[in-house]
Amino acid sequence: MARPLINVPQKAKRGDIIEIKTLISHIMETGFRHDNVGQPIPRNIITSFVARYNGEEIFSADLHPAIAANPFISFFTLATDSGTIDFEWSGDNGFHETASAKISVE
Amino acid sequence: MEPKDCPIVGATRRDLLLAGLAGAGAALIRIRPAAATPDSMKRAIHQVVGEAPVRKGKVTIEVPALVENGNTVALAVEVQSPMTSQDHVKAIHVFNEKNPLPNVISTRLSPRAGRARIATRFRLADTQTIVAVAEMSDGSFWSASADVIVTLQACLESLD
Repeated sequence: MARPLINVPQKAKRGDIIEIKTLISHIMETGFRHDNVGQPIPRNIITSFVARYNGEEIFSADLHPAIAANPFISFFTLATDSGTIDFEWSGDNGFHETASAKISVE
Repeated sequence: MEPKDCPIVGATRRDLLLAGLAGAGAALIRIRPAAATPDSMKRAIHQVVGEAPVRKGKVTIEVPALVENGNTVALAVEVQSPMTSQDHVKAIHVFNEKNPLPNVISTRLSPRAGRARIATRFRLADTQTIVAVAEMSDGSFWSASADVIVTLQACLESLD
């Protein structure tokens, strides 16, 4: 079970540039490794990440096998309104995980 | 001369020849895993930018110069931009030379970012050069590169 960790400031002033940090537990198996009997281990990675602020997409990323296990992604956004920031990860083998954080903007 | 005094006791000329051949054979059949090359990185960059020129500048890569463990390497890319609706960074792409695949991450930003900076952690299979390319709202491309020395390589090791 993948556990997302997100770090969004709870409060911000309108127009502040805030940093958002996200981390999700995932093996990010590259597909280039072999097990102890020489069989290739199939690729199993998170391929995409999207962040939405009150429903509007503010950031997205395509991930490749070069991203380390337990993908960490951080980015910035303007604090525009109070509301919810939603995060969505999806990947191989039907992987799908969501998380959300509330922010109050004064 | 007694065989005992010979530096390689009991070894005949034929033994030595066979040993040499076996060694050469082992070297020949050593399989190299598929790896991205500077050429495949160029192709991957070309897929993103097309025929547009890529200029040096505006982009800063923050990555350690010497990495002990290539399995997790902190990476940050910052692009100089006012991030207004007229002039902002649309995308930041990161590429590498020698991992099995040339792409690392592609991110899309909007003026709502306020600041064009991304950070992640990635893998490095070898000592190599990292390239970051930023796509601006006016359609221009800017890039920077960074050299990283890796002592423990990632991606290709087997599970024991």
